[in-house]
Amino acid sequence: MSPTPLQAFRGVNKSAADQHKRTIADGEKMTGAQALVRSLEDLGVKDVFGIPGGAILPVYHAINDQTGFRFILARHEQAAGHAAEGYAVATGEVGVCIVTSGPGATNIITAIADANMDSIPMVVITGQVGVDSIGTDAFQEADIVGATYPVAKHSYLVTNAQDVPRVLAEAHYIARSGRPGPVVVDLTKTAQNGEMYYSWPQRMILPGYNPVTEAHGHVLADAARMFQRSFRPVLYVGGGAVRSDAGNEIKALSDLTGAPIVTTLPARGIVPDDDPAVLGMLGMHGTIAATGAVQRSDLLVAIGARFDDRVTGKLEAFAPGARVIHIDIDPAEIGKNRVADVPIVGDVKTVLQALIPQIEQLHKEYGKPDLTTWWKLLDKWVEQYPVAYEEPTDGTLAPQWVVQQLSAEADPNTIWVSGVGQHQMWATQLIEFHHPHQWISSGGLGTMGFGLPAAIGAEIGSQQYFDGKKPVWLIDGDGSFQMTSEELATAFMEGTPIKIALLNNSVYGMVRQWQTLFYEKHYSATILHEEEKTGLVGVPDFVKLAEAYGCVGLRARTKEEAIECIRKANEINDRPVLIDFHVWKDAMVWPMIAAGDANDNVTYMPGIKPLLNPQGNVSLQDEPDTTEENN
Amino acid sequence: MTSYPASKPGSQRHTLSVLVENRPGVLARIAGLFARRAFNINSLSVSPTERPDISRVTVTADVEDVPLEQIIKQLNKLLHVLKIVDLDPTTTVERELVLIKVAADESNRSDVLEIVRLFRVRVVDVNPESLTIEATGAGGKIDALLGLLEHYGIIELVRSGAVAMTRGPRALSEKVVGSEITGR
Repeated sequence: MSPTPLQAFRGVNKSAADQHKRTIADGEKMTGAQALVRSLEDLGVKDVFGIPGGAILPVYHAINDQTGFRFILARHEQAAGHAAEGYAVATGEVGVCIVTSGPGATNIITAIADANMDSIPMVVITGQVGVDSIGTDAFQEADIVGATYPVAKHSYLVTNAQDVPRVLAEAHYIARSGRPGPVVVDLTKTAQNGEMYYSWPQRMILPGYNPVTEAHGHVLADAARMFQRSFRPVLYVGGGAVRSDAGNEIKALSDLTGAPIVTTLPARGIVPDDDPAVLGMLGMHGTIAATGAVQRSDLLVAIGARFDDRVTGKLEAFAPGARVIHIDIDPAEIGKNRVADVPIVGDVKTVLQALIPQIEQLHKEYGKPDLTTWWKLLDKWVEQYPVAYEEPTDGTLAPQWVVQQLSAEADPNTIWVSGVGQHQMWATQLIEFHHPHQWISSGGLGTMGFGLPAAIGAEIGSQQYFDGKKPVWLIDGDGSFQMTSEELATAFMEGTPIKIALLNNSVYGMVRQWQTLFYEKHYSATILHEEEKTGLVGVPDFVKLAEAYGCVGLRARTKEEAIECIRKANEINDRPVLIDFHVWKDAMVWPMIAAGDANDNVTYMPGIKPLLNPQGNVSLQDEPDTTEENN
Repeated sequence: MTSYPASKPGSQRHTLSVLVENRPGVLARIAGLFARRAFNINSLSVSPTERPDISRVTVTADVEDVPLEQIIKQLNKLLHVLKIVDLDPTTTVERELVLIKVAADESNRSDVLEIVRLFRVRVVDVNPESLTIEATGAGGKIDALLGLLEHYGIIELVRSGAVAMTRGPRALSEKVVGSEITGR
């Protein structure tokens, strides 16, 4: 048959038969679909998320009771993707999804982009129409490889069954190695139905992929010398440290050098919060101590962090007096937003293990720099500016108080998951974290609707790898939750007893906060429900919604009810529980730095700007009173 | 640090040689990166190389150093990209082929032919109303030729885009290790 115009253009193999001829027929004969399932088993994949459809049916036909992985049926492909992300962050394994072509594949793009921004290892297998139909606008056809170029780490279009195991081996390796990320495998129906000879292990052919993990040259010695010369160092730790599982090394480096630890959103919990070196999250809604430490530092050590605009604020005014050591596995991150004085390309854990002895050696030779003055300032910030909030004026609950109670009542092994919005910021600020991998949230892409499916994925991971001993709490907002609330069905049907704390303020709270502060309190399109107008308890009534899906629904309007509901939820382990907390719609996230503003201009609470001294300069002298003068 | 667009008036001309796997979709991935950063490509040419498994992309663009460095790093992240070099003009041979259809009749044909002779280029088609000239050379020579011919009226023009390689006995692909891409 003659190729379609697009096939000719793309160079899709016109005759798959030619390729079969030169394949040595060793291994077990099977279809490409069976080979896909077998490859996943041989890769050690234990859980797969997805939804079937026309163009992926041969693969679903190959999944049965004997299959070596558990299959979790989602209700929307985007949610299947987020569930795989939650699973990957909670367990450190690669999340795997299998969805169909066309709409199935386009639906999951949001999750792919989210995983790409947050460097989450994921393999997404999408069905594709047969080779002869590609480029003809066939039913449920979409060019998913083309559509995901900018948001995936890599992608494959598989046209030949014989390629399936090698492509899967490569995809899994690419997803988990180097800077982790999502890999798309677009599997044509031709490849699924075609016959092949299966063998394992497969030899990967990746000439253009050589991630660097160890530091090279003199950079470690340079970095060690910089520590030696610094009297105001700070460790600025990002999600890369979590992916690299470098919690112990970060703690060791901090203990050795005395440097405080500030983290980005995804790195919360990398070192337990009860460690006095942990100053919390920095940036737009970070603590005064964390943001201040970076602003006043003379040595900024970025570890698996990428100088995101939500961290730096106005770039020119970010950490103006600091020299920068930047450790990252991705060379393209170094020098992207901020010039690094010492650039170190490599895996965070490996690099820190090599760096620490060099610093120890210098300490032996020259002694340890005295950071007493630095810590005096930091301790003062920590003491004077804890995260604070205003009490509600309308008799509803303070959402921040609810988060504090959730944290206080929870098992220390709890995996905390959030959606995106105000509740996410309160969760990261106010939950006391005890372990890395305990906090799952959508950072870079900021995907509302991430929470519920990610929580389900985390619970699946907890059951598979931790015997279900890590309970999962989801803190979500009513706006974020409604973007994927259909997944309550998945949560119930798959037996994932997650606990959902819905901070229900009936508005898009974070957008409302910006409207309050910067858009003349014009609440354009941010009011989701007004009880005064409908006379209803909520639209939807979240308690009834939970019950409709077989889950337990509880409602809390007072502090007493809230505590009772939280305790009740902690005792339920056989089904999901949702608590509908009615919270204040005008609650605000503080501290805050307006988008694009300098970090020194951070507002602790309305009218209080602790990092601005009267001269507006940012040098650190021993002037213990400057901050109070401004209050 | 970041600058958008990456190409600004007065930016310096750079020639990049990019070795890539010879397979479908590679050019789309590369072009996508250039487009994202508003990297205005002056010319781009793609061709097979001395190795059947490797293609070579030559890109010329007027671009500032800092965004260029970032784009090279981003290109390096593409798995199909094997090697990138920002060629140094002092150690590089760079050539471009151009076909020019000039409006030339009996009244001025000899003048045009004089220019052809001076520039040591060739006439590949003659018509009572036109001459088609084939010229190869570095960008400066081509530009000078076009400047002179403009006066007679250029009916049609096509340029191949620059191709370039470094002087000396080494090949860029020598640095591509362990490549057995044809095994795929």
